[in-house]
Amino acid sequence: MNGRRDAGRLRVLSTSAASISITLFGLILVTFLIGRVMPIDPVVAVAGDHAPPDVVARIRSELGLDRPLAVQFLIYLRHLAVGDLGRSVMTSHAVTADILQYFPPTFELATSAIILAVLVGVPAGVLAASRPGSRFDHLVRAVSLAGQSVPVFVLGLLFLLILYVKLGWLPGSGQVGITYEGVVPPITRMLVVDAALTGHWGAFWSALSHLVQPALVLALFSLAYITRMTRAFMFEALGSEYVITARAKGVPEWLVLWRHAFGNVSVGLVTVIALAYASLLEGAVLTETVFSWPGLGLYLTTSLLNADMNAVLGATMVIGCIYIGLNLLADFAYRLLDPRVR
Amino acid sequence: MQLEIEDLHIGFPGPRGFAPAVRGVSFAMGAEKLGIVGESGSGKSLTARAILRLTPPNAVLRAKRLRFDDIDVLSASPRALGAIRGRRAGLILQDPKFALNPVMTAGEQVAEPLRLHKGLSRRAARAAAVEMLAQVRINDPAAVAHRYPHELSGGMGQRVMIAMMLAGDPELLIADEATSALDATVQAEILRLIEDLVSRRGMGLILISHDLPLVSHFCDRVLVMYAGRVVEAVPAAELRKSRHPYTQGLLLCPPSLMRPRARLPVLARQPDWAEVA
Repeated sequence: MNGRRDAGRLRVLSTSAASISITLFGLILVTFLIGRVMPIDPVVAVAGDHAPPDVVARIRSELGLDRPLAVQFLIYLRHLAVGDLGRSVMTSHAVTADILQYFPPTFELATSAIILAVLVGVPAGVLAASRPGSRFDHLVRAVSLAGQSVPVFVLGLLFLLILYVKLGWLPGSGQVGITYEGVVPPITRMLVVDAALTGHWGAFWSALSHLVQPALVLALFSLAYITRMTRAFMFEALGSEYVITARAKGVPEWLVLWRHAFGNVSVGLVTVIALAYASLLEGAVLTETVFSWPGLGLYLTTSLLNADMNAVLGATMVIGCIYIGLNLLADFAYRLLDPRVR
Repeated sequence: MQLEIEDLHIGFPGPRGFAPAVRGVSFAMGAEKLGIVGESGSGKSLTARAILRLTPPNAVLRAKRLRFDDIDVLSASPRALGAIRGRRAGLILQDPKFALNPVMTAGEQVAEPLRLHKGLSRRAARAAAVEMLAQVRINDPAAVAHRYPHELSGGMGQRVMIAMMLAGDPELLIADEATSALDATVQAEILRLIEDLVSRRGMGLILISHDLPLVSHFCDRVLVMYAGRVVEAVPAAELRKSRHPYTQGLLLCPPSLMRPRARLPVLARQPDWAEVA
């Protein structure tokens, strides 16, 4: 019995390892090809528009761009294997170093957003499903529809207009007030966390108040999605026979809701939340631009506008890996929560 | 235990007006074995679920009287209903594949009513659940308690279901097509188990089925339902001598292995069966 279960687990592990390596290889190949197919000449980006032809040729061979495409790909792979994503033209740092600097703020933003979205969205969806057609249900549906259909940049500007310009309750753009700029020594590079760790409480409150607006905007977007999915899953679960059984046993309604129906729904929700989280990590581009949040999204946009291809490809690569990682994590949680696939 | 139902109506509001499903059912019962037979859609399941107020949320219930001892079921508070459900009356559904919670173990599901109704601690409820599983004659109950519903056979699942519903020591057990989803051999075992437990505990039983011979074999009294009403109520022993043409027609329908027929008989329905007698 145990032996068979272990063998099954081993098979699952090996198939998922195989599928991950295939996906990863595909991701690398596609990002590489996009970088080479793009009608942007990286040489011009380095040397400028008016460089003499011999300089252009020298840089081209220095960058290895005069070699066959397959050889270039192998070189790219070899660099990738040691974590070398090339050098950014714009910042003149290694792309890896840039990403290590810009990713933590995005992580901080997306994580606070997803926590907010889950804390509000899941209970809202559950309660709405438990009283279909009620006023609360209509409210939840209207808000979540709006949250998904209003573009993030509109929402962001609206927030800024109301909470910053009109009411003055929250600070405007940026990650921290100007007086605290560079005060906190970087540890995790997530400013709120670092400020708390080092006891810079002034900086902590400033960073936290700067985090609220972009996090709210991002949260609202995935909140809508999470609420709608939770409501739909719960609605289905509440109509199932095991819920009737639970009620017939005399289980009180709140336990029917949270233990019996939600117990079954949570399995599917894990995947929904993981994907929403992944899209926050990547989709923060617009929000970061609106709020000048120094994160990966802003880095990606600026690099793209400056034709800084190494940076663009590196950031794309990292985002792709995050997607794969979160998918894997969701898969793992799924196996943990659902006895039928264990 | 005394159950009284008088002039029970259940209907559903729909796009084309109000659709009545149960139209004026009345009966009373004590600790006896009552069978309710009828075809699909005759209202037998809804009637039974109304006793625990487990009808679908959009169903409209109306009755002159629907009493479980001194509790008025229709006006009962959630708290009063909780005192009936699982504690004084249990309900066994048709298919354990759907009726058991897929993400809870058999033991957890049986322990739940024990904790709720008997106030047992987690540990005591777990032990008592294994004891309940033994009572429904599951071999190796301690191991089965750790299994999930998808790891159980149909018959085993239905035993778990029975254990769960008997855990609160109810006075009435409602079996809603409790054996229809099972193999013929398992069916007989489960029915015998139900009958045995019900007799031993001196409980009332409502056995809902579309299987007339089975019901007449296991019950004291049979209600025959058609189109939302009770068309006939007879002692089970006299079912063969019943007078209503619908009951007669039903009795003639099952094909016999001993006397094969080229064409199976079909009920010749009369519109007046659905009318008020």
